[in-house]
Amino acid sequence: MNFVDYLGNRWDNLLELGVEHALVTALAVAIATVIGVGLGLLTYDRPRLRQLVIATCSVFLTIPSLALFGLFISWLGLGTTPVVTALVMYSLLPIVANTIVGLRGVDPAVVESAQGMGMSRVQRLFRIELPLAWPVILTGMRVSTLLALGIVAIGAYILGPGLGNDIFAGLSRISSPNALNLVLGGTLGVIVLAILFDLLFVLLNRLTTSRGVR
Amino acid sequence: MTGLGGRTKIRLDELTKRFPGQAQPAVQGLSMEIPEGEIVIFVGPSGCGKTTTMKMINRLIEPTSGRIFLDDEDVTRADPDQLRRRIGYVIQQIGLFPHQTIAQNIATVPKLLGWDRRRIADRVDELIGLVGMDPAEYRDRFPKQLSGGQRQRIGVARAMSADPDVMLMDEPFGAIDPITRDRLQNEFLRLQAEIKKTIVFVTHDIDEAIKMGDRIAILREGSQIAQFDTPERILVDPADEFVADFIGRGASLKRLSLSRVRDIALGDWPTVTAGTDLAQARRLLTESDKGSLLLLDAQGVPRGWITGDHLRAATGPIAAGDGLPPAIVRPGATLSDTLNEMLTARYSTAVVLDDDGRYSGVVEIDTINEAIRGMQTAERERLRGQALVDSPFDEADPVEPAR
Repeated sequence: MNFVDYLGNRWDNLLELGVEHALVTALAVAIATVIGVGLGLLTYDRPRLRQLVIATCSVFLTIPSLALFGLFISWLGLGTTPVVTALVMYSLLPIVANTIVGLRGVDPAVVESAQGMGMSRVQRLFRIELPLAWPVILTGMRVSTLLALGIVAIGAYILGPGLGNDIFAGLSRISSPNALNLVLGGTLGVIVLAILFDLLFVLLNRLTTSRGVR
Repeated sequence: MTGLGGRTKIRLDELTKRFPGQAQPAVQGLSMEIPEGEIVIFVGPSGCGKTTTMKMINRLIEPTSGRIFLDDEDVTRADPDQLRRRIGYVIQQIGLFPHQTIAQNIATVPKLLGWDRRRIADRVDELIGLVGMDPAEYRDRFPKQLSGGQRQRIGVARAMSADPDVMLMDEPFGAIDPITRDRLQNEFLRLQAEIKKTIVFVTHDIDEAIKMGDRIAILREGSQIAQFDTPERILVDPADEFVADFIGRGASLKRLSLSRVRDIALGDWPTVTAGTDLAQARRLLTESDKGSLLLLDAQGVPRGWITGDHLRAATGPIAAGDGLPPAIVRPGATLSDTLNEMLTARYSTAVVLDDDGRYSGVVEIDTINEAIRGMQTAERERLRGQALVDSPFDEADPVEPAR
């Protein structure tokens, strides 16, 4: 069976795996955003803490994903939970780092004038500093998403969801007729998802960033 | 120090600020009273603590000791955010919120105070108009779409949004090119004549201080008051050598910025109204001792100069066009502005308009010359007087001839 016929036959299966893949990625990036922006807010004006948080998140990113999944088996078992947990850890660094860079990049004169007009600390943060840092934070989320899409595929090794299942299935019977199609289909699916997510972020940036700072 | 009879609006009592890790306090035991409705300028060399002093009034910097009174109310321990909503604040970098429209920027404090939307929208339009811009055109723009001068105007409008009695301005015109700065300063003075806010204005530029201030506090290191007085008194009678050095030589010329057109006797000029027939106009010119007539339209607005050449070439009654002749000043202009207008237009006579734009008289360059001469005489007398009271240990201070 050539690849085009294969796609015609297994279309619904690929779609189902693709949707799973996307949902797991989105869930992980969403959790990482909540944690990452929170950590950024807490540490951006405290140099020691800031360095500690960045260093910790960098360490996460250096752990090979296969090894991490392996370590998680005894603690979180198999399936979606350990995959999402690992993804959150990998997604943190770009989001935390960009939140800190974004908040520190806000013009001090803007913050001072906000303070001088009687905005409280919380009002300044939510009405001025976060909206101004938002495009940078969004870029961090975009990087994390692309990173996560690739790592979800490896999660299939510990029975996680998504397109990795086809890839691993193909790899495990490499001499069988459909092996190459399986690997190719899964890989192509990840690439298509990456493009779709990228478009989504472009759209999100347009919708959520003020024209005044674009 | 309420010599002009004004009520005290802000009182600083033994205010001191010590920054951690610095041996000398930035502000040491400063006490002063700021009268209501006046522009009080803090001026001094950089590092003298003038900005620190100003920022203690709205508690952006918390004093180490001492007290601050606003309307006789001790606000040293008041909630700083509530306090700041009562005080307008303008800084040199302006600090408009780039992600918000002009209208949203101006609405900041009214929103914090919980005004309803209708009232906020009306106030925003009123303020954009007040600073000389068109609300319909500008309210939905973003700061990056404005020029530097326009941003500065919006910065002032934003500071006035909730109609605070007090405004703090930290070098508000510092980052603007000289021509625009001059215009903004004049506009602001005109505005202040209407709104009569109590304004604390920080600058390092003594010329700006003389132009803008009802009173000037000249500060030396540690925010010590070297002299706190009207610009006039400071120029005529500097308290000590520090002040004299700071205002610089040539103080007599600086005093041109103190006299305004409305304070001097205006000259007369023969005028001719549009529609006058040629023969009468010729007679008017020959009978006058001037070389030209000032042409007014039916409303009394000056429209141009008529010389003998014009009259010889003309065939019918005198007609008035639109537009104003060169070198026009209004009563609020300083003599310095007037001289500037004359030099720019290369005319030796400036036409003075009243508040309705009608002709009210002229200022001739001789009038300004006389004013300068009078000031020079006063200045020389002061310098001579100083020579008599100076301590005998002083090296003879080389007194430059006043130019």
